[in-house]
Amino acid sequence: MYTPEMLRLIEVVEQTREKRLQETFPRLTAEEKTNLLRSYHPDYMEGAMRPLKIGPNAGEKLPHAYVDLFESRSMIDADGLSLDDIAYDVDVLVIGGGGAGTAAALLAAEEGADVLLVTKLRHGDANTMMAEGGIQAADKENDSPALHYLDAMGGGGFYNIPELVRALVNDAPLCIQWLESLGCMFSKYPDGTMNTIHGGGTSRKRMHFAHDYTGAEIMRTLRDEARNRGIKVVEFSPAVELIKDERGQCAGAVLYNLETEQFLVARAKTVIIATGGSGRLHINDSPTTNHYGATADGLVIAYRAGAKLIYLDATQFHPTGVAFPEQIVGQLVTEKVRGLGAQLVNIDGEQFIYPLETRDAVSSAIIRECRERQKGIPVPSGYGVWLDSPMIEIIHGKGTIEKELPAMFRQYIRFGINMAEQPILVYPTLHYQNGGILINEFAETQVPNLYVAGEASGGVHGRNRLMGNSLLDIIVFGRRAGKNAAQKAKTVQLGKLTLEHVRRYNEELAKQGLGQRVAPILLPDYRGKISG
Amino acid sequence: MTAEKKTVSIYVMGKQSEVPYGVTIMKAMEYAGYRFIRGCGCRGGFCGACGTVYRKPGNFRLKVGLACATMVEDGMHLTQIPFYPANKAVYNLEALEPTLGTLLKYYPEITRCLGCNQCTRICPQELPVMNYIATAQRGDIEATAHQSFDCIMCGLCASRCPAEIVQYNVGILARRLYGRHIAPRAKHLAERVDEIRAGKFDAELDRLMQMSKEELQKLYNARDIEQ
Ligand SMILES: Cc1cc2nc3c(=O)[nH]c(=O)nc-3n(C[C@H](O)[C@H](O)[C@H](O)COP(=O)(O)OP(=O)(O)OC[C@H]3O[C@@H](n4cnc5c(N)ncnc54)[C@H](O)[C@@H]3O)c2cc1C
Ligand code: SF4
Ligand code: SF4
Ligand code: FES
Repeated sequence: MYTPEMLRLIEVVEQTREKRLQETFPRLTAEEKTNLLRSYHPDYMEGAMRPLKIGPNAGEKLPHAYVDLFESRSMIDADGLSLDDIAYDVDVLVIGGGGAGTAAALLAAEEGADVLLVTKLRHGDANTMMAEGGIQAADKENDSPALHYLDAMGGGGFYNIPELVRALVNDAPLCIQWLESLGCMFSKYPDGTMNTIHGGGTSRKRMHFAHDYTGAEIMRTLRDEARNRGIKVVEFSPAVELIKDERGQCAGAVLYNLETEQFLVARAKTVIIATGGSGRLHINDSPTTNHYGATADGLVIAYRAGAKLIYLDATQFHPTGVAFPEQIVGQLVTEKVRGLGAQLVNIDGEQFIYPLETRDAVSSAIIRECRERQKGIPVPSGYGVWLDSPMIEIIHGKGTIEKELPAMFRQYIRFGINMAEQPILVYPTLHYQNGGILINEFAETQVPNLYVAGEASGGVHGRNRLMGNSLLDIIVFGRRAGKNAAQKAKTVQLGKLTLEHVRRYNEELAKQGLGQRVAPILLPDYRGKISG
Repeated sequence: MTAEKKTVSIYVMGKQSEVPYGVTIMKAMEYAGYRFIRGCGCRGGFCGACGTVYRKPGNFRLKVGLACATMVEDGMHLTQIPFYPANKAVYNLEALEPTLGTLLKYYPEITRCLGCNQCTRICPQELPVMNYIATAQRGDIEATAHQSFDCIMCGLCASRCPAEIVQYNVGILARRLYGRHIAPRAKHLAERVDEIRAGKFDAELDRLMQMSKEELQKLYNARDIEQ
């Protein structure tokens, strides 16, 4: 419920609405955008990072939260744990039961592999489940994979790895068709044509969606299919370390049963990490949109095993996180709200940025509007700006919000705010890990027989991912990882299992006086606090 | 605008805790010292991990909500139901027909519905659950698919059903039948897939991949944007 002061400020927004409906805010030039990012994007903030002292990326500056993790010691005693007692013995081990992991498991099973999927929470408790906005694919006549390539590159600051982007845009329509054939209910016109809209940084309307439950629809469909195919799933059993064999090949993982607190050995011929992102590290003390298990575990264990990281210093803040009400601060207001025409407006009822600039730019503009220009709207946690959602009803007709954005609408109505009639308050929130473990177009890492797919990987999106390219990424590279890992498994000969790499990493930490903390952290600890 | 600092008493499985007023059950439990393993997933109303039942003093009504989206109230007695055993049929979607017969083959128990409306009353997403089971009984797969679309599979409806129906699994079967066998396929998508398989875009992508950052940037800045 809005405060009386907020209700008064809403009148200002209403007064300028008519005029703004006719108005298109000018887009940033390339130079303006660079300057805006340099001055206001959290990545560029003084003191937010420090150089990492250990491992393949030693010397690179990363946000403190990541450095803390990589400079932590293992949960397990590498000498004490017996690797002879094998609980699971499979061809392909998939770590992480989100979209990427489930797609990988399905494809690996299709290749005839014996697959085990282990996950930290329940199967499907994942960032994938939360994605509202949509998934990109260039499948309309006025669009092409080449345009999609250009958009993804431009969005990523041209840092993206070309082979990965090519795979992304080339496989995109194939993946949408795969999902369609699995019964995903994409929003379509009566003749079957996909309903597609813009997202930030797209040059064509190529965002496919399923109302605003796009990720949930994909996730539950894949999960249902995995259950139909009889894929073995072990829940509440996160991987806490990779296992190698004496030849240096990845050969499985040590699992930790969260409920019985036992360690279990899973041996596998190939391993796929699909553990998702890291929002729950609360980089910069920011609230986050991410699910409870987004704690970068996969990065930690892969790094100890010798895999290289890329662009982990580029964190994506989603420009529109909830700024009010307090109960849901930091949660996502999907970009689709802007895609459908809602503008960003300051305390005086004026626009200050073209609403569909790339996310880094919009976030920076909101921060500037509040910090430097002092035109934010005060909320208990700091500041917010208005997102003028009622414009959607004017542009697309009454009832559009409830129909197209039921999850959003419900989220606000629960707390007494009707976003179809009242604008909402937003502020940037920690959203996406742009970088991750470096992979190639086959989803391989530099560690033999270790694959990575999804948000845990890095390189696909350069330094800034576009909306709709991540749901796409998890399907494209989840499928590639599953298929390649299964084929590879057919020829793999495993030697004796070892945790030598963990022992050596711990030694190196000790030598440098590091390793006071333990990682992966598995779950955030909010005891005694009110979390963001 | 400092909100009044008030606290309320909640009882988690009978144990009393004093927690701040105005926060969600999930955050209040954490404030009280709980660290979730089960009962917490997305923290945002999407995953259905946090179904919670509660009663308030002097009221016989059993209430329900998602811990991540329901505010604490003074005197609330609560417990989470993070898991409920459910019957899930195994099928090969491709080979199924979108008919009443299919629904009845896999979930014959839908015919046992008593029309008690408990499921609709309890659904935290406020879905017309009894209705979508009624449409399923009639073989109206499209209606069941649409009416159940916002289901987050929290399991609360099944926990209350005297006919032992697992409503949300009926829902997803209907949705997948609809998506695969009833909704028309996207023609433009099939055509694009054929073009990609035929290599129509390969040369252009090869060319883009060879370009320098500057060349790409020029193309990017000059690209026209669909209105
Ligand atoms: C609120 C929100 C909205 C979004 N909206 C969009 C959108 O509209 N479009 C888009 O393209 N993208 C969107 N994204 C991004 C996108 O959803 C994610 O990047 C993507 O789904 C990640 O998929 P994943 O499979 O890599 O990881 P996840 O889906 O997060 O899955 C990772 C899984 O691994 C498990 N796990 C973690 N650690 C371990 C461990 N140690 N051992 C075993 N298992 C582990 C986790 O519990 C989880 O189940 C959104 C993200 C969020 C949070
Ligand atoms: S229909 Fe049942 S499972 Fe689905 S959200 Fe409602 S109560 Fe939960
Ligand atoms: S709870 Fe069960 S019996 Fe009652 S209306 Fe719902 S489906 Fe029918
Ligand atoms: S934690 Fe996912 S719905 Fe509440």
